[in-house]
Amino acid sequence: MSKAKEQKMNEKYPTLPKTPTGITGLDEITGGGIPKGRPTLVCGDAGCGKTLMSLEFIIRGAIDFGEPGVFMAFEEKTDELAMNVASLGFDLDKLQEEKKIKLDHVHIDRSEIEETGEYDLEGLFIRLNYAIDSIGAKRVVLDTLENLFSSLTNEAVLRAELRRLFHWLKDKGVTAIITGERGEGKLTRQGLEEYVSDCVILLDHRVINQISTRRLRIVKYRGSVHGTNEYPFLIDEEGISVFPVTSLKLEKPVSSERIKSGILALDKMLDGKGFFKGSSILVSGTAGTGKTSIAAYFANQTCSEGNKCIYFAFEESPNQIIRNMHSIGVNLQQYVDKGLLKFFASRPTLYGLEMHLVAMYKTIKKFKPQSVVLDPITNLITVCSVSEVKSMLIRLIDFLQEEQITVMFTALTLNTIISDQTDEGVSSLVDAWLLVRDIEYNGERNRGMYIMKSRGMKHSNQVREFVITDKGLDLVEVYLGPDGVLTGSAREAQILHEQTGEVLRDYAYDRKDREISRKRKVLEAKISSLQTEFESIEEELNKVSQEEELVKQVAEKTRAEITQRRGEKG
Amino acid sequence: MAKEKKYELRLYVAGNTAKSVTALQNLKKYCEEHLKGQYKIEVIDLLVQPQLAEGDQIFAIPTLVRKVPEPIRKIIGDLSNEEKVLVGLDIRTA
Repeated sequence: MSKAKEQKMNEKYPTLPKTPTGITGLDEITGGGIPKGRPTLVCGDAGCGKTLMSLEFIIRGAIDFGEPGVFMAFEEKTDELAMNVASLGFDLDKLQEEKKIKLDHVHIDRSEIEETGEYDLEGLFIRLNYAIDSIGAKRVVLDTLENLFSSLTNEAVLRAELRRLFHWLKDKGVTAIITGERGEGKLTRQGLEEYVSDCVILLDHRVINQISTRRLRIVKYRGSVHGTNEYPFLIDEEGISVFPVTSLKLEKPVSSERIKSGILALDKMLDGKGFFKGSSILVSGTAGTGKTSIAAYFANQTCSEGNKCIYFAFEESPNQIIRNMHSIGVNLQQYVDKGLLKFFASRPTLYGLEMHLVAMYKTIKKFKPQSVVLDPITNLITVCSVSEVKSMLIRLIDFLQEEQITVMFTALTLNTIISDQTDEGVSSLVDAWLLVRDIEYNGERNRGMYIMKSRGMKHSNQVREFVITDKGLDLVEVYLGPDGVLTGSAREAQILHEQTGEVLRDYAYDRKDREISRKRKVLEAKISSLQTEFESIEEELNKVSQEEELVKQVAEKTRAEITQRRGEKG
Repeated sequence: MAKEKKYELRLYVAGNTAKSVTALQNLKKYCEEHLKGQYKIEVIDLLVQPQLAEGDQIFAIPTLVRKVPEPIRKIIGDLSNEEKVLVGLDIRTA
């Protein structure tokens, strides 16, 4: 709430002018850079990256923002500095020749200096002033000013002069970074923070469980909103990158676009369309349940549509995954060759969790994939605690959602009740959760898959049997028999059993049919014989009646003849 | 305590500040006392020639640099402590 208020205020009043550092992520945390025209203190232990950060500030300023800079080194010689940043691809000598950067090494050798009487540091001022004016510098770095304290004994003079120096820098209008070693219980050994009151950045290098992580924190930034957390940062071949890992807002864009999982039957379970674009999917299951296969299918699907995908492998090497996926008919190599699929394999113990996050962040930013696979997130646990993994994943999901990248995590669950509930605690964060589990029955182990949740879409509540064949993955409807869910060969047996029953039934039907037809035939035969009998009886009867007729006729004829004869005679 | 070698001394100042003036006065006095005829003093005003500050690694004002004889020695401050200056310049061993 207060942030919104402040933003409103910022609109009304002119805000503190800022100078972008050009260091990846730092400008985001500071809301645009360090205070313009004022000194900023960067402090930290030895080897935490102070010099590099300040040097990058100068170099980026010179290259990216057209602001020349003076780097006054109290520790390292100029050629040493040039060598140090040459590994980052910066050519300091060339920049010096072009008058974009001026390096000045202030060499103070305790052994060849004697102090007597009063003095001041006007020489340093003149030198700095000359350096600034000679190239028109806008940025100044004083890399470990505190070295003065170890070289000179008159602390009272030094303190007074430092105060004057900071005022002078402000008057000069240059944006300055002053570095300081961290002291006991104080930010800097010599209490430089007393003088630099506008912006203090603390760098830290911590080793937890033998894994070191560099962190950055803005201790104070007067007159500006800034992130207050500790942010991990990475020093690699591109310099420093800070990852503003927690976005405070939950104002991510959402998409109702769908993205296919690569497994047709799974898409069917998900309302027939698949996952939402930009959503996060968790695939969890016990060992050997085919999580990686599901993830590879997903990657394969993304690439086959011509989109880009990054596969972060924490367990297997890319070649191993490619080989293994060949066995189920997925050819990932072709997409690797086409540049659509990128593997990014690293051992979790390679560096700290935050570093993993930053490395992933950078890779994703550079490659701009449509989907990302993390396989498996559980391995990250070996690096640190569950809660840390959770917070890291929250930030990763945050970031990916912001970028509208679909992410699939795989997580190994152990056969315990606890981990079944929470998979690194991310189950509540993800949008869709697929659970692959063993179904052990009748002396064999089968895989069952179901959708634990899938936000914002209709999804099947059925357990499907998950089969992995040479041709690929498929989901088969499990058999719900009278004895419960049947899978694997039990399902096959049941199906066989049913088929046998059907054949038997068919056979029985056939027999009955034949019986009937036979009966019919018998009856028909009977009918015809009766008919014949009837005919013969009828004939007999006819014969009798005809005979009688004949007799009658003959008799009548005879009688008539007799009558006639009698008449003739008589 | 005079030495045969010639001394080349350079005093860096920044304008005519009290400290600078004191330092120069002190230096001249010591040299006259201990190095008569063997020394050369060069005064460099950094306000006039700021580019020279880097070469001799000057950061404090005033700074006295003994260029010759080698090795280079530096004494910062207004040179008010004669003992220290003489030891610092190797004119007198401690």
